[in-house]
Order: sequence, then C-alpha cells, then structure tokens
Amino acid sequence: MSEHTEHHIVSPKIYFAIFGALMVFTAITVAVARLDLAPVWGPLNIIVALTVAVIKATLVILYFMHVRYSSRLTQVIVIAGLFWLVILLVMTMSDYFARRGWPTPLGQV
Amino acid sequence: MSESHASQYGLAHHFSSMEQQREAGTIGMWIFLLTELMFFGGMFLVYAIFRTTYPSGFEQGSHLLSVPLGGLNTVVLIVSSVTMAMAVYSSQVGDRKKLVGYLGVTLVLGLVFLVVKYFEYREKFEHHLFPAMGFYGPDPEHLAVQYHQPVRVFLWIYFAMTGLHALHMIIGAGMLLVLIWMAHKGRFTTSYNSPVEICGLYWHFVDIVWIFLFPLLYLTGYHLTGH
Repeated sequence: MSEHTEHHIVSPKIYFAIFGALMVFTAITVAVARLDLAPVWGPLNIIVALTVAVIKATLVILYFMHVRYSSRLTQVIVIAGLFWLVILLVMTMSDYFARRGWPTPLGQV
Repeated sequence: MSESHASQYGLAHHFSSMEQQREAGTIGMWIFLLTELMFFGGMFLVYAIFRTTYPSGFEQGSHLLSVPLGGLNTVVLIVSSVTMAMAVYSSQVGDRKKLVGYLGVTLVLGLVFLVVKYFEYREKFEHHLFPAMGFYGPDPEHLAVQYHQPVRVFLWIYFAMTGLHALHMIIGAGMLLVLIWMAHKGRFTTSYNSPVEICGLYWHFVDIVWIFLFPLLYLTGYHLTGH
C-alpha cells in the first residue's frame, strides 16, 4: 500500500476558481431564499438551501482542505466521520417522524 | 527508510520520515475535526427537531436576523478561507513574506467577522432578543413576535450555535497569532509546514459550519415581509 507520492501542492488557480464557485452559490442561496417556494412544494426552500450548502461544503473539503489530494487513509476517515453524522441526524429524525402525534400541535405545548 | 534523518529540520524523533510525520499530523487533525463535527452535529440535530416542531416560529425568528450582516459575514469567511489556503500554498513554496501576509489578512478577516457579530449581538440585546433580561416580555399578553414561545426557542438556538461558532473563531484567531509569530521567525520551510496546513484545516472547518448556519438561521424567514 505504498501510494506515497510527492506531497501535492494545490495551485492558486484552483483556489480562486473554488472561491468564484462559492460566491456564485452564496448568491444563489440568498436569491432563492427571497422566494416563498412553499406553494410549489412545502419543503422546497429548505431542500434548495441545504443542497447549496452541501455543495459549498464539499468544495471546501475537497479543495481547500485538500481531501481530494490526500491519502486514501485520510479520505476514508473523513467519509466515515460524515457517515457517522448522517446516522446521528437520520436515525434520530426518523424516530421523531415515526411518532404518532408529532409534531405536537402548538396549543398543547 | 535507511537515510539518516537525525538532522532533518522539524522532524520529531518518533517519526521515520517527514512524509510519515505530515500524514500523522493531518489524520490527527481530522480525527479532532470529526469530534467537532459530532459536537456541532448535536446542535444541528436540536435545530432539526425544533424546526420541524415549530416551522412558522422558526421563520418568524429567522426574520428578526439581519440578512445583509449575515451575508456580509458569509463573504468575509469565504474570503478568509481563500487567504488561509493561499497561506498554506505560500508555506509550501517557501515564500515567508507572503505566508506572513496571507496569515495576517486571514486574521484581520476573522476579526472583521467577530466585530460584525458583536454589532449583531448588541442590537439583539437592545431589543430583548437575547435569552436574558426582558426576554419573556413585560407581560404575558404582549404581542411582539419575540415573546412567542417558538420564536424564543429559535433565539436560544441562534445564540447557542452562533456563540459556539464565534468561540471557535476566537480560538482560530489566537491560533493565527501564534502562526504569524512562528512564520515571522522563519520556523517554516518547504519541507516543514504542517502547523500551517493543520491550522488551515481547522479554519476551513469553522467556515463550513457557518456555510450551514447562514441559510438555516438567517435565510429561513427571508421570504417573509414585515412582521
């Protein structure tokens, strides 16, 4: 398992390209949030917001944090950690959503 | 493996090569960041549970926040991530002057973020939106939006999450000060620059947290008009 090549140096060109992409996605998320998409589909606003945020975070992780150029071991550790976060969020929320009478109507709080 | 490394600058005695040392440092930092991920993850989970419970309360609460200031801070943090990445690049190519410069710009941007945050917080304090004095309203029948229980839950979460994030920014700023001092003293070389790279990972992580906080806290009620 020797894949130890020369340490990869990411060129500034890539950094500035990613910067441009992050700015564009920020503008998109602000512009879309101005619209009320609930009439189209209830959760559409939050879905768009989270999709854009996930794309931005992925760009930061892959390029600014060099994970795309890191060793396999580092990549596996990062993915395993993210998977653990997904377990935390999905399993807990699936428990809540499976409960009868939840969310509790406001008058009964 | 057989080469003598006793004289290699920056190589700790328990590592056999610079490459191994760098890899160990990077992985160690990632393990730490994953514990941070679970730490913030718990708060995002709380956010998810209460947002599903009080959808309109969260929109009203979010509407109390300033999108221009939150957006400004988003841009400030993204730019600071680029300057941090450029600092790492400068250390890799051995440009000490640029390294100190980029670290300095990153520090200044981090402080700009905190100053903007200070003004946001101060404005919230003045309007009794902070979960303390006056938070529960002059009387129970008061109709102002922040006195509704779901909106107060939102504000609790807003202060807990942004406060924790701001604490990470302050720690990051302290870290940058040390790096600037070390870089100024010429401690980093093209083969020894792990501290810059590892602190960079931390800085980008804090940026990622904000990338999620901005839409979830500030933009959720952005489509509302008036109060």
